[in-house]
Order: sequence, then structure tokens, then C-alpha cells
Amino acid sequence: MPIEVLMPALSPTMEKGNLAKWLKKEGDSVKSGDIIAEIETDKATMEVEAADEGTLGKILVPAGTADVAVNTPIAVILSDGEDKSSITSAKVTLQPKAAAPASPVKAQDAPAPKSNTPETPTPQAAADPDIPEGTEMVIMTMREALRDAMAEEMRRDKDVFVMGEEVAEYQGAYKVTQGLLQEFGDKRVIDTPITEHGFTGLGIGAALAGLKPVVEFMTFNFAMQAMDQLINSAAKTLYMSGGQMTCSIVFRGPNGAAARVAAQHSQDYSAWYSHIPGLRVIAPSNAADAKGLLKAAIRDPNPVIFLENEILYGHTSPVPKLDDFVLPIGKAKIARAGSDVTIIAWSMGMSYALKAAEELEKDGIQAEVIDLRTLKPMDTDTIIASVQKTGRAVTVEEGWQQSGVGAEIAARIMAHAFDYLDAPVARVSAKEVPMPYAANLEKLALPSVAEVVEAAKAVCYR
Amino acid sequence: MAVAQKNPSADKDAPAAAGTPVPEFSKEQDLSAYRTMLTIRRFEEKAGQMYGMGLIGGFCHLYIGQEAVVVGMQMALKPGDQVITGYRDHGHMIACGMDPKGVMAELTGRTHGYSKGKGGSMHMFSVEKGFFGGHGIVGAQVPLGTGLAFANRYRGNDNLSVTYFGDGAANQGQVYESFNMAELWKLPVIYVIENNRYAMGTSIARASAETNLSRRGLSFNIPGEQVDGMDVRAVKAAGEKAASWCRAGKGPYILEMLTYRYRGHSMSDPAKYRTREEVDRVRTTYDPIDMARHRILEKKFANEEGLKKIDAAVRDLINQAAEFATHDPEPDVSELYTDIYR
Repeated sequence: MPIEVLMPALSPTMEKGNLAKWLKKEGDSVKSGDIIAEIETDKATMEVEAADEGTLGKILVPAGTADVAVNTPIAVILSDGEDKSSITSAKVTLQPKAAAPASPVKAQDAPAPKSNTPETPTPQAAADPDIPEGTEMVIMTMREALRDAMAEEMRRDKDVFVMGEEVAEYQGAYKVTQGLLQEFGDKRVIDTPITEHGFTGLGIGAALAGLKPVVEFMTFNFAMQAMDQLINSAAKTLYMSGGQMTCSIVFRGPNGAAARVAAQHSQDYSAWYSHIPGLRVIAPSNAADAKGLLKAAIRDPNPVIFLENEILYGHTSPVPKLDDFVLPIGKAKIARAGSDVTIIAWSMGMSYALKAAEELEKDGIQAEVIDLRTLKPMDTDTIIASVQKTGRAVTVEEGWQQSGVGAEIAARIMAHAFDYLDAPVARVSAKEVPMPYAANLEKLALPSVAEVVEAAKAVCYR
Repeated sequence: MAVAQKNPSADKDAPAAAGTPVPEFSKEQDLSAYRTMLTIRRFEEKAGQMYGMGLIGGFCHLYIGQEAVVVGMQMALKPGDQVITGYRDHGHMIACGMDPKGVMAELTGRTHGYSKGKGGSMHMFSVEKGFFGGHGIVGAQVPLGTGLAFANRYRGNDNLSVTYFGDGAANQGQVYESFNMAELWKLPVIYVIENNRYAMGTSIARASAETNLSRRGLSFNIPGEQVDGMDVRAVKAAGEKAASWCRAGKGPYILEMLTYRYRGHSMSDPAKYRTREEVDRVRTTYDPIDMARHRILEKKFANEEGLKKIDAAVRDLINQAAEFATHDPEPDVSELYTDIYR
């Protein structure tokens, strides 16, 4: 029976990839373990190995094809005695384990199916006060925007350097630092051992000495190992020194749930860091904000926690083509204007919020969506002004509810706009469970578009 | 690199690393070291008194007995070098040249303390004097000090970082994360382990599988040696050796200073974990200040009269600091909300 070779998923969040090259041609014999093709994901080029023996009967997706969805059949392998005619005549068998990554990977890189979170819809382009009218926009991924931000700041200031696990020679575990080693060399793009507590403290020490480190955590889950240094050394030293010792440092990396990596690798730390005086906390949802705010974070004289999101890395959106695009820290953005209900979100939460706003519009509810962008300091004024207009509010977060950012927003609304509220503030959040692995349970544990829609309707009494 | 071993036949309370010849000091060096050690001693005695009077609050960890370590090390450094330590930090600040008035005023939580009264005993800094704290979490200063050394390497200057920690901190994991990176990247850092034999109430033998802490860098290829931390001359000599190693680009160096604290871990520690006799024996036999005093008299660098003058000047300096710290106003309430962000 002919066997189909399927486009493999090569990372937890990969949804599609490019078929770069075939290394076997039709008619070649292949055996298990042979490398038959190369696939480019947004993070890396990976080799596809055959898992069966036979002859490469037909190539279904030619080399050079872009955006091939995971699980698309890309070739057919014929067993001994079969010929091409059986490809059309016989029902092909799925080959579930089509490929393995070519090299060993860390746990968080292990192959897994695609995420179940929605693409962020591009909001209707309202005039953005941060971008001059008529500016040319370039479509790029958030990954590229972050890389460009670091590269621009490194060109501008020789005290800026990047350190972390796999940031240099490997080009970044999530490819955010791609190309930086080549441009800036190994003095400024530094691979560290796997030693979060140590290199966090070392980075803070370098910042106390006046350098401006950008420290990448492969994910923020691993930053828990370094929590004492982040809180006690980075956040508090300016105060404890009576203003003498500044600590200008950025800690950045993916935060929150990726996809199917279970409890220890899927946690949103927004609330944790937002709790700490002395830290700034930024969590962008799109490429332009990521670029403008990372540049601002690097220039900021304070320690900044910059929460990225693995799923958002590959999402594209327009970024202004400006020589020096820097956004203000602490300013939220009205991502979508509306009059009936205010939805407040940030980072991945914006994907749920904007999608929900589209759904709500079909039911005649005009939602105003606020992208907080910065969690600390929080732009209370923008939230309050919107709630005074709509009288209703829903918060969306991937963190848990108790002592969460949504709880803080609700408290601020109550304190400053109590008389304007027509309904209690509703919170959409992760369920209070460790993140399960099973696909169906994971989906249930995360917030969803449907939950945001439901919450918005509830506060509108619809 | 040879690691000096303890002489097993030595007095069990002897903190000395036996057998190492100690280079003599010049008159100026001996007198200067004596004066600074005495300043630290008198400062700490005064701080202890003021704590008892309720003028100093919270934790207060006195450095009495260990003075030779910071004074000897400071003599091996040059301007631009950085110093960082844990919470038993008053001696380090005075050795770095910080004003005892500002240190004492911080202990009393007043406006003109080095941290405007917002840091207290454990958290003081002076960018001007190259003193990077004053850190309250055991061992946390070790990666930070390694980062100071990283900054020197990054800037390509000739400075080094002296990163102090105690025998207790020597068992913290982040110390070894730091050792690894420091040697891997050849960072100019001297790790000075002040082994005063007790991590709070736990003796080193009860806490450490390897009690020779100078060997703690072996698996990272970091050379180390034990030093008689009660003899300021031995400390300076070891410091100079380590400093030239670092400045030559050879990476970090470990100095285990065998020393002793006479007082409890903090003011509230009755020190029941050791005998009065043990303390007295060290005090009478190995006191760094007494030894310097005898040496000065023996070599006729000064006579009793000359030493009395120094003692009087030091007492005066400390009394002025205490006076200042007692009458300096508490910080303005507006300071509550300053210095959180720059």
C-alpha cells in the first residue's frame, strides 16, 4: 500500500512551513532514516527523514513551495512491487510519524501539534497617534520586529549587549536573535550556560556597573530559578541605595502558554512581575508595538520585564518604516473603537479580544478593545475614559484569576469609575488549574473567543 | 596551582594558614592598616552600643574580629576596582573609604545615610568609592560581583571585582553558577570567602562536605588558597597575587580567608553554639589589631604615646559619626515614594 509522507510539525507552535528542498527524486529508493527533504519553519531549517522503506513514488509538493500546512501529504512512498499506478488506485495510508527533528532538542522544542489559539485579527487601522501620517508600513513578524529593535539599539549604544541560552551560535531557541552574532560578534551576543540564577545575577551586576544588558530567558518559566535576583537585586537596588545605583536591564523572552507543552512550560507571569515596585512590565501583542516598546525598554534606566509570546512570534503585522521608532512605556492603545463594552487585554489576550469584537459586532454590540501594552505602570486613564463611555468592562488574560491583572483592573475601575458602571466587571482568564497536556483539556484551561463573547454579552445583559 | 593545606598540627583554633611566609609591612603600611582596622573595630563597638540604645533597628551584623580581611584586601587594590559583599558590610565600607558618618547615619535610618535611610545596615552603596553593596540575601552578591567583573572585561579596562562572601554563602548554588561563568569567560574577579567558621549558628563542619573552601573552585579550574585572615600582611600579599592573576587575564581567583567573628551572627544571637573559651582563645592569641599593635611597637614604628594618639583620633572620629547619626533628621516623608524608578 502506498504510504503518504506528511508535512511534519517541528515545534509546539508550528502551523505551516516551506518545503525548501527535496534530497531524493522520484524513483529513488529510500530506507528508514534517509533524509528526503528539508523544511523551513519560521525558526529553523529541519531535515525530514523517511520512516519507511520503498521507492519515492511521487513528489506531491514541489521544492520551493511556501506555507505548506502541517499534515499536508508531500510525497508518496511505494513499497516493493507497487508502481505509480497504485498511487491513484489505492487508498493511501497515513504515516503518522513522518519525521523526526534532525538534532536533539530541549524539552520545550519537542515536536507537537499546532496551537489552538486564534491568529490575531488586524484591527481596523485607526489613526495611530504614535505613527506620523503617511508613514510607510512594512509587514513583518513579531520575531523580526524584536530582532530589529535589538539590532538598532546595539548599533546606537555600544553598552547594549544580548545574553542568554542559545542566543548566539544557535541564533536563538525561537530565532529572535537571528543574525545578531553575525553583525555584533561574540563579545556582544553571548551564549550562556544553562544557569538562569547565575546569568540573571551576572547581568544585573553588569547593569549596576553601567552596561545595558538584554537578557533572554528561553522562556519565562525558567526565570523562576532567578526570581530572587529579579526581585531583590534588580527591582529594589535603586531604592535601597537611595537613588545611587541604577539598573538598566531588559529581561525578555516568551511568556504564557505555548501549545501542548503542559504545566511547567505554560504559565503567564504577567501578575507576578506587575506586583513588584521597581520593575516595568511590558507585554506587546503585535510587531509594531514589540519593536517600539523593546527599543524603549532598552533605553529605559530601570529594570524591564518584557513578556513576549511564542505563538505571536510568527504572526505578521505592519511596522512603521522609521529610522527610530520608539513607543512610550506606560501608554495603552485603543486597538478598536466601540461604544457598548470595553474589552481590556494585552499580548496573546488581544487575539481573543479582537476576534470576540468581530463576533460581537455581528450581534450589534460595538466593543472597544484596549491593548494595555504596558502592565506596569498601567495606563489607568485610558481604561477609565473608555469605561466612562461604555459603562461595561471585560478583562482577558492567560493568567489565573486570583490576584491576577484582571483583578487589578477591576479594582481600578471600581475605584475610579464606580458610578459609570452598568454591570460588574467580568474577567476571562485561564482556569485555576496547572496547564494540562491533553489537547482538549488545554483548550478548556485557556481563555477562548467564545468566553470573551459570552462575558461581553453578559455585562451588556444580552 | 597549589592549594595550601591546613597544618593539622596547628592549634585547632588557629585561623592561620600555616607555613606561608608573610612579607613585612613598611612603617606607613603598618600604621595605616592599624588605623583602619581600629576604625572598623571602634565603629562596630559603637554600632553595638547604639543598637542596645534602640538607635539602630532591625538586623545588625558586626564585623569585629575580621578587620584584617577587608583592610588587607583593600591595600591590594587600585582605584577603579569594585567591591561587593553580603550583609556583614560595615567594615568593607570603611575600608573602601566611605565616611563613617554616612554609614552610621544609614544604620540609624537618617537623611544623610548613604542610602538616605532607606537601605539600612545591609544595603549601602557608594558608586564614588567603588562599593556595590551591601546585599541582604546570602550568596546573591556573588553573581552580581561576577557581573561587575564582566563589565570590566566588556569595557576592556584593567579593573577587577572583589566579591566577598562567607562560609555560609559558599554552599549556595548561585556561587557555583558564577564560578563556572567566571572561569569560562576569564572574568577578573577575586572571590574572597570570609570563613569565620560559623554560618549563623552552624559550624562549617556541620554544613560543608568539603571544609577547605579554597578547593571549592577546583572543578571549575579556579585556583584557590587559604590565607591567614587574621594577619593583614598575609591578606595583602594574597590579594596582590590574586589581583595580578586577574589583571593578567587569567580569570578568577579564590582566597579563603581563615578568620573569626567575636560577636554573634547578629545582635540577637547569644552564640550558644561555641564556647566562651574558644572565643577568648582566638581573641587573645590571634587578634588582628593586637598583632599589628605589637608589631608596630616591636619595630618601633610608633611608641605607646604615638599609638594612643591614633586611638584617640579614631575614637573621636567614631564619636563624631555617632553624634551625627543620632541627630541627623529622619528622611522626609516624601522620600517614601522616591527612587523607585529613575
